[in-house]
Amino acid sequence: MSYPISLTVNGLRRDVTLEDARVTLLDLLRERLALPGTKKGCDRGQCGACTVLIDGRRINSCLTLAVTLDGAEVITIEGLANGDMLHPVQAAFVEQDGFQCGYCTPGQIMSAVGLIAEGHAGTDPERIREGMSGNLCRCAAYHGITRAVSDATRRMAEDKTKASA
Amino acid sequence: MNLFDYIRPTSVSDAIAAWQPGAAYLGGGTNLVDLMKTGALRPGTVIDITRLPGVDRIETLPNGSTRIGTLVRNSDLAHDPDFAMAFPMVAEALASGASGQLRNAATLGGNLLQRTRCAYFQDPHSACNRRFPGAGCDARNGDSDNHAILGWSDACTATNPSDLCVPLMALDAVVETQGPQGKRDIALADFHHLPGAAPHQETALEPGELILAIRLPANATASRHNSRYLKVRERTSFAFALVSAAAALQLENGRISAACLALGGVAAKPWRVPAAEKLMLGQIPGADLFRRAAEVALEGAVPSGDNGFKIDLARRTAARALALAAAGTPAQMPALPASVFGESAHV
Ligand SMILES: Cc1cc2nc3c(=O)[nH]c(=O)nc-3n(C[C@H](O)[C@H](O)[C@H](O)COP(=O)(O)OP(=O)(O)OC[C@H]3O[C@@H](n4cnc5c(N)ncnc54)[C@H](O)[C@@H]3O)c2cc1C
Ligand code: SF4
Ligand code: FES
Ligand code: FES
Repeated sequence: MSYPISLTVNGLRRDVTLEDARVTLLDLLRERLALPGTKKGCDRGQCGACTVLIDGRRINSCLTLAVTLDGAEVITIEGLANGDMLHPVQAAFVEQDGFQCGYCTPGQIMSAVGLIAEGHAGTDPERIREGMSGNLCRCAAYHGITRAVSDATRRMAEDKTKASA
Repeated sequence: MNLFDYIRPTSVSDAIAAWQPGAAYLGGGTNLVDLMKTGALRPGTVIDITRLPGVDRIETLPNGSTRIGTLVRNSDLAHDPDFAMAFPMVAEALASGASGQLRNAATLGGNLLQRTRCAYFQDPHSACNRRFPGAGCDARNGDSDNHAILGWSDACTATNPSDLCVPLMALDAVVETQGPQGKRDIALADFHHLPGAAPHQETALEPGELILAIRLPANATASRHNSRYLKVRERTSFAFALVSAAAALQLENGRISAACLALGGVAAKPWRVPAAEKLMLGQIPGADLFRRAAEVALEGAVPSGDNGFKIDLARRTAARALALAAAGTPAQMPALPASVFGESAHV
């Protein structure tokens, strides 16, 4: 049985027909939609490399069946920057040395964007580390990651104040 | 993963009508899809319940009880300000479980029905009575350090991994269900089964029965100023409990007028011992009293493998959780929820 679905990925409407219902969102992105920025680490919810936003919330795309997402809005690492302008979280990861090999980085950044939107961590390093614990980094760039999330949180709050002033 | 049919009903009755032997309901999928990937579960039909109407709300009923629909996501429940104020240890338990991403996906019903983390259950090539009745139990001569110390049988020594269920047990939660035979209520205390000779009969649910909601009684908020969940794990965050404890007290004129204590990570269901609670009534809170209560709560505990360490650990965790509860619920969710580390843990 095949399953036609329609979803929005990084602002573009995508109509796909799934040959069977087993396809995860992660595999759909990487293998069908030519969006390999989202990484596969464990494929079992344990590492966070596959983190994307669905309807604004961070989730593990490896445990999400694509067929369930008819009508959903997905944002991946490819959809964050505005042309050549990096998203504040991306810029902060570059400035604060938030990575080494870079494999976990798309997931870290998407998770950080989700965490900041949730608004429970603020700039408290302990709450940021706790809030980011679903993202493992084999290179142990955690120090830079925590600083980057804290910096980006501050910058995004400032930008918001400026925009509303 | 095996091939399966996928359907997405739009009403509770359609979902139940669609159920047939071998079918599975799909909530957030964080447990079901994981176990389908390992091959431990092979449902022929997956019934997506995430768009069912009317079961995605937190509401207060006319009799004062709180009803939480099965589709409320773990993160949304933990951070709902009114809910977290009324049931702080439930919020803390939720916030201490899994990761931010998983909590965003995980549903209430899915959390209650998540399967054991026993490695042999997850691996279809291992012998496991819980997965395949009569197959044997590879945990008996294998990795057993995170297995049960209470209520286990020769057939199965697995534990229930849910954090959420521990405070729900302490607060007398009720599970509302609907199945082919109609609607009913099941006390959480009767919901998960101890393994006995039939570990594959994991819960009180009948085939095709759907969880609609969980209810917490009106008087469950009475201990909100003195309740804590404490979880001991191998790392501070993003790890399952080795052992955990939910403790809730009511204090009047410096004495304990009501006490609830439930333990996690020790058995196939959250563990509650009325005698341990009774012993604290009318007493002045203190380390010695809490030690005695914890002693009674662990009565009958026996290692099921390389896990003798859990007995003393569970006693200490229970006593510490009671002491934390007596010291008062923190005004804000601790930065490290349910952790033995951090500012509020030193009492
Ligand atoms: C890496 C990792 C770490 C984790 N750490 C923790 C932890 O520290 N603490 C903790 O408590 N949990 C932890 N979890 C488990 C997580 O909390 C559960 O996977 C989650 O709560 C399950 O919810 P779900 O909605 O995704 O369930 P699903 O996977 O959708 O479903 C689980 C089961 O429940 C059934 N089901 C779902 N809803 C209903 C319903 N309404 N009626 C009848 N049947 C239903 C499904 O058929 C399935 O059998 C962890 C999970 C992972 C992957
Ligand atoms: S302990 Fe229980 S779940 Fe684990 S292998 Fe034995 S029977 Fe299966
Ligand atoms: S690939 Fe999804 S969490 Fe590891
Ligand atoms: S930068 Fe290498 S895994 Fe994180």
